[in-house]
Amino acid sequence: MSLLKEPDLGTPAKAGPATVTVEVDGLPVTVPEGTSVMRAAALSGIEIPKLCATDSLEAFGSCRLCLVEIDGRRGTPASCTTPVSDGMKVRTQSPKLEKLRQGVMELYISDHPLDCLTCSANGDCELQDMSGVVGLRQVRYGYEGANHLAEKTDTSNPYFNFEASKCIACSRCVRACGEIQGTFALTIEARGFASKVSAGGKAFMDSECVSCGACVQACPTATLQEKSVVQLGMPTRSVVTTCAYCGVGCSFKAELRGTELVRMVPHKDGGANEGHSCVKGRFAFGYATHPDRVLTPMIRERITDEWRPVDWDTAISYTAAKLRDIQSRHGTGAIGGITSSRTTNEEVYVVQKMIRAAFGNNNVDTCARVCHSPTGYGLKQTFGTSAGTQDFRSVAKADVIMVIGANPTDGHPVFASRMKRRIREGAKLIVVDPRRIDLVRSPHIEATHHLQLAPGTNVAVINAMAHVVLTEGLVDRGFVADRCEDFDTWAEFIARPENGPEAVEELTGVPAEELRAAARLYATAGNGAIYYGLGVTEHSQGSTMVMGMANLAMSTGNIGREGVGVNPLRGQNNVQGSCDMGSFPHELTGYRHVSDDVVRGVFEEMWGASLLPEPGLRIPNMFDAAIEGSFRAIYVQGEDIAQSDPNTKHVTAALTAMELVVVQDLFLNETAKFAHVFLPGTSFLEKDGTFTNAERRINRVRPVMPPSTGKHEWEIVAEIAQAMGYPMHYDHPSEIMDEIAALTPTFAGVSFEKLDKIGSVQWPCNENAPEGTPIMHMDGFVRGKGRFVPTPYVPTRERSTRKFPLILTTGRILSQYNVGAQTRRTGNVAWHPEDVLEIHPHDAEVRGIRDGDEVVLASRVGATSLRAVLSDRMPVGVVYTTFHHPVTGANVVTTENSDWATNCPEYKVTAVQVGLRHAAAPADAARDETVLPEMAE
Amino acid sequence: MSPQVRLANEIAVQFRHQPPDAAAAAIAAHIRTFWEPRMRAELMRWVEIEPESLDPLAREAARLLRG
Repeated sequence: MSLLKEPDLGTPAKAGPATVTVEVDGLPVTVPEGTSVMRAAALSGIEIPKLCATDSLEAFGSCRLCLVEIDGRRGTPASCTTPVSDGMKVRTQSPKLEKLRQGVMELYISDHPLDCLTCSANGDCELQDMSGVVGLRQVRYGYEGANHLAEKTDTSNPYFNFEASKCIACSRCVRACGEIQGTFALTIEARGFASKVSAGGKAFMDSECVSCGACVQACPTATLQEKSVVQLGMPTRSVVTTCAYCGVGCSFKAELRGTELVRMVPHKDGGANEGHSCVKGRFAFGYATHPDRVLTPMIRERITDEWRPVDWDTAISYTAAKLRDIQSRHGTGAIGGITSSRTTNEEVYVVQKMIRAAFGNNNVDTCARVCHSPTGYGLKQTFGTSAGTQDFRSVAKADVIMVIGANPTDGHPVFASRMKRRIREGAKLIVVDPRRIDLVRSPHIEATHHLQLAPGTNVAVINAMAHVVLTEGLVDRGFVADRCEDFDTWAEFIARPENGPEAVEELTGVPAEELRAAARLYATAGNGAIYYGLGVTEHSQGSTMVMGMANLAMSTGNIGREGVGVNPLRGQNNVQGSCDMGSFPHELTGYRHVSDDVVRGVFEEMWGASLLPEPGLRIPNMFDAAIEGSFRAIYVQGEDIAQSDPNTKHVTAALTAMELVVVQDLFLNETAKFAHVFLPGTSFLEKDGTFTNAERRINRVRPVMPPSTGKHEWEIVAEIAQAMGYPMHYDHPSEIMDEIAALTPTFAGVSFEKLDKIGSVQWPCNENAPEGTPIMHMDGFVRGKGRFVPTPYVPTRERSTRKFPLILTTGRILSQYNVGAQTRRTGNVAWHPEDVLEIHPHDAEVRGIRDGDEVVLASRVGATSLRAVLSDRMPVGVVYTTFHHPVTGANVVTTENSDWATNCPEYKVTAVQVGLRHAAAPADAARDETVLPEMAE
Repeated sequence: MSPQVRLANEIAVQFRHQPPDAAAAAIAAHIRTFWEPRMRAELMRWVEIEPESLDPLAREAARLLRG
C-alpha cells in the first residue's frame, strides 16, 4: 500500500498484438488477448472488489471477492483468474454478487481486530476499503469463535513489523517474495483454519528474508507495516525521486509528513524498477538525517588543528584564495579535483567545469576511475561509446544469461530479481566467478555452468570461449560481415592453440569441457546477454576483458536487439552520469577528447574560457604527483578516497603531502581527517537534478526537503569559481542541464521539462531519438562498424608467493554500500556490523583458524585484522572480504597494481597471508607491519 | 621504480602481439591520449637516465612521442 494511490488494475498486463472486445456492465472494452476480466473491467473504469489480487502479481483467485456473472456461463467465476474472450458480456454488480461478497467479508472481519481507528494502516487498508465497497453492515458470525487475534507480532526486522493477528492469508506477501523478489522466504504454513504466513517457521530476521519490502508493499492490511509508519503515522504528501544507492537507479515515492520522511515506496512507473526495491533503497535512508551530518562549513590551517566552523562566504573565499595562492607558487597544474558518482549530473558537471575553466587545467577525474573506467575504454574501442547496450527490461527476452564478475543479488538486487524471473521462465545461466555467488544455486535458480576461474584469469577464459565459438563454426558470419571490421586479424589471433580451453585449463582452473559447453550454450541458445561487474574491470587487464566480452558478443551476433548485449552493472547510483558529464581528464561531456579542436572550441565559446588540449591527471597520477611534489591541492566531491582507494598508506601519504585538501561530503569521513576545508554536502533528499543509471536512464532527483546546509552543492561550486575570478552562475539546476544539452549531442533532447513530462529517458536523446534509446547499436554501431580487437592474456604482476600464498578478492554485500558512510548509519548494520574474512575451511585448518577467530590479513603493502568466517564459496587458496567498514580498512592491503589502460586498481587480486591474531594484541595492532614476521609462512 | 616507467612497461606488454613498429605506434598513441604532459615528461627523463628500465617497445614509443 502507498499513500498516493497508483492505479491497480488487479492483474498484470498481457502482451501481444491480438485483441478481444468484451462488454463489462454494458461498456465495451478492447484488450489484449489473455487479459483477465478484472483488468478489462478496470480498463473500462469499473473496479471490481478484490483483496488477493494486485497487478504486480499473477492472479491467485483465493479471496472470492471479485466474483462476477458472465452471460452464458454457470456460476460466479473469479474475475481475476478468468480471461476475457471475444464478445463476452460481464456483470460486476447484482444482488447475488452483493450477497456473496458481503458473506466473504463477514468471514474475514469475524477474525480481524476491530481497531481500525488506532490501526497504523487506518486510511491505507484495502480490507477497510473493501468493507465499505461491498456495503458490509453486520457480521453475523460474531467475534467469539476460534480466531487468530492472539497471534504474536514479529518485530525482529529493523524496518517492518509482522502483525500476524491482522493477516487475512491472501498470500500476496508470499507471492511477492517469490514472483517479484525471487527469494521464496515466505510460505503459507499448515492448512485450513491453521494456515498462516510464515518466514520458514522463523522470525523474519532469522529467515531467508532479504528485506526488499515487496511483501510490505503487497500487504493489503497492516499486517506487514513499516515501523516508521507505526511510529509516525500515515504520510500526507509524496515526491517522486530516485534512489541514491546502486546503479540500478530505482524510482521511489518519498512519502512525508511535512518535511519528515516517513517511508520510501517504490514507484510502479519507474522505468528501472517498475515498483520493486531492495533493503537499501526501500529502508536505509536514515543516514540523510543522521546526527553525524555536518551542516556547517569548517576550515583549519593544519590537519592537526581543531576544525573551525565558519559561514559560507568565509569558507568559499578561503578555499578560492588558497587554490589561487597554490597556483601562483606551483603552477596552474598544481591543483585538481575529483567528482562524485553519488551526486547529480548537474553537480558533477559544474565541478568539472570549475576545474577546466576556473582552475585552468584538466586535472579532473571521478571515482569511476576505481570501478568502471575500463568499461569506458573497452566499449569505446569496440562499439564506439562508453555505455551498456541494453535497458534492464531487455533481460526478459534473453535465452542465456552470462554473469561475469558480478554478484547482482547483493550489488544490484532489483535487477537481479528481473534476471531471476527470466531464469525461472527457462533462460539458461552461466556464472563466471571465483566465488560461488548466490545465483549459482538458490531457490528455483541453478546455473547451467559455473566457471569458477582463478582470480586474474578472466581474459584467458573469455578468449577460450571465443576460441570455441570460432573453431567450432559458431560465428554469426552474416552479422560479422555486415556490422563489424577487423574480424580476420582477431580470428587469426583467437584461433591460436594457446587460446584453447585445454591450453588454459591449468592456468584458469576451469575444466576445458565445461568451458566448451558454456561457450556452445552462449553461442547457440538464442539471445545471449552478458552482464558484468567489478570482477571484470578491477584487474590489471580490466579493459582487455571488456574488449574480450565485446568480441565474443559480436562474433555471435549478440548485439543490437532485445535480449542480448554487453552490460556493465554500475556500482554507484550515478557512475554512468559522472562519466557522461566529462569527469575524465581526457574527455569533455559525451566522451569527446579534449584534443578535438572543434569540440573544445564549442566549449570555449559557451564557457568563455580557454581550455587545455592535453589530458589532465587521473586519480592515481594525482597521488603520485602529490608525493613527488608537483600536485599541491585537491577538491574531493563526495568520495572517501582514504577508505575506498587502494593502498591506503600511499593515498594518505599523498593527502598528507598536499597543502590543501577540500572535502565536500555529508560526513567527516576518512579523507576529511586529511582535509583543511570541509564543505557540507546535501543528501539525495535535498538534491534537485538528475541521476543516470547503468542502462543510461536519466531520472529526476527531486528535492524532498530544503538543503539542511543552506546551499545546494552546485551553488557552492559556482561560488568558488566566481571567487577565483571565473564567472559561473545558475539560478536553477535546470539551467545546468540546458547547458549540458546544448554542449552534448547525446543529451541534446534532455531537459527537466521533458523528464517531468515523460518520466525518464535513456541517452542518446536527441532529434533522432526524442524519447531516448533503450537499445543501442540496433542499425549500426556508434563508431560505424563494431571493431574486433585482439586481446592477448597477460598475467597480473601480483602472484601468490611463499610469504603471501593466498589470493584476496574484495566485494560488497547486500545490506551495505561502498565505504558504508551511508548504510553504516542505518538499521542495516543489523546484518553486517563488521567486515569479515571468508576463508575456505582447508586454508583455515592448516593455519589453525576456527570460525569466528580474529585473524591478521597481510599483503606486501600492509595489514589489518578482522574476524574469519569459514566458507567454501571460494576455492582453496582464495579469501574474500568487503570494504564497508573503516575500522577494518580492507584497502590497507590492496596494492598499486592497476588496469594497464585506465589505471583502475586491481582490487580483485592481492597476494596475502592470513594468520591468527595473538589474543594479547590490540585490535588495531595489525596495521603495524611488525606483526607480519610472526605470521606463519 | 618510477610510476611512469611501471605504467609504460605495463602498456607495452599488452601490445607485444603486434609487429614492433605497430606496437610502438599504438603505445605512443595511448600515452598521448591518456597521459598528462608532466607524466610524459617524466617518462622522457627516465628514457634519458635509465633507458634499460623501460621495455624496448616503451622506449620506442617514447622516441615516437618525442617526435
